Amino acid sequence: MASVTDAELKAMNQEERVTALGMRTEQLTGKSLYVEFDTEAADNFTYPWAPDVDFNKRTEVDCDGKTTTEVNRQIRELMAEGYGTIVLQNPRGMHSLGVGILSRLNLIIEGSTGYFAIGLIDGPNVRVTGRVGWSCAENMMAGTVVIEKNAGSTFGAAIRGGDLVCRGSVGSRTGIDQKGGTILVGGDTGALSGFMMQRGRMVVCGNAGKNLGDSMYDGTIYVGGDIKSLGVDAIKAELTDLDKAWLTRKLTQYGLMPDKGVDHFTKVVAGKQLWNYDNLEPNEKKLIL
Amino acid sequence: MAGTQYRGSEIKDVDQFINDAAGLETEREKEIGQHIGYRYDVNLVPDYNRITPFLAKYMEVMGWDDLNWLEDVHMGYEEGAAAVFDRNNNGWVRIPDSFELPDNQQDRDMIARELLIKFQMSDRHPLSTLRKAYMKF
Repeated sequence: MASVTDAELKAMNQEERVTALGMRTEQLTGKSLYVEFDTEAADNFTYPWAPDVDFNKRTEVDCDGKTTTEVNRQIRELMAEGYGTIVLQNPRGMHSLGVGILSRLNLIIEGSTGYFAIGLIDGPNVRVTGRVGWSCAENMMAGTVVIEKNAGSTFGAAIRGGDLVCRGSVGSRTGIDQKGGTILVGGDTGALSGFMMQRGRMVVCGNAGKNLGDSMYDGTIYVGGDIKSLGVDAIKAELTDLDKAWLTRKLTQYGLMPDKGVDHFTKVVAGKQLWNYDNLEPNEKKLIL
Repeated sequence: MAGTQYRGSEIKDVDQFINDAAGLETEREKEIGQHIGYRYDVNLVPDYNRITPFLAKYMEVMGWDDLNWLEDVHMGYEEGAAAVFDRNNNGWVRIPDSFELPDNQQDRDMIARELLIKFQMSDRHPLSTLRKAYMKF
């Protein structure tokens, strides 16, 4: 990368910045960039641009009369001022609340939220005292999210990491396209939960709706109650001691440990009959080549 | 703990994919010339007795009781070299050849997590360059 100062970059437009940073001349060879770790790298725990917040510095924000954009902007401004604990009051079902927080933060939402709350987050610890609408914490990367009451459909859609917890029940398609992380549901979950799951773990302490784990590619689903039906290529597997230890630790951590323990949980994994890695079948390739 | 069992494919030895870069075992894999599946056990649960001081500090700084998203990070292997998949730049980041790898996957995974965090949080990471280029000043 060319040695360009931040001051010089600020004076440029976007096109000039991209060129000055060498992004137009970079040679891409092979199937991926060759990058190697620096084993002497410094011990940093947050992104270089992340605000330095203090969990003990707390403030409150009244959402009443504000737009979602105004509230989300205020969260960022408060984080820049070093506030590490922010309490949102009177959310009144606002959509897209608390999205895109990419750093450590304690966020407490006193009330219920609408669609797509707390999506695209990377690191914060969030607690919602009420309910949440569709697609809560979609594309979550890291952190913890705890919903005290019920959640709508597509809870944790495409989640990639972190712990997403709903103490109540959730709607259908929970964890659709899950790519990592952990989803914990204290109550029941609706139909097609774990649909196209690729990785990660889902725990349902109550009952699961029909077509659980349909077309799942990988990952693990644990269900404490009844399963209405399994989806295509979802199969039951043996609950190992490692599974039990992990379930016990995780459920205890969030106060969801059932009185009767975890031995009764059913484990569901991918049958892997749908695995296809090449676009063409070998015989088709031979025909074309 | 030389290797791990993984549904669908058996990882016989912790160095299996270093010694055998192609890793073609089944008839199907040999037919398509491509390894099928992960080259590590994606469902391997971390052994918290093996956590490094850096990772313990990271959990404390973030306010987490466990490794959180890092539970899904493992040391894998790309083209015969130890590497870690970095979701933030959608590619493998290699462990330098000079680095001495432990003899078991649990310790390797802990090292992978530590190196990945340090890399993601540094100015060397491609996201830093992207941010400089595209962020709104």
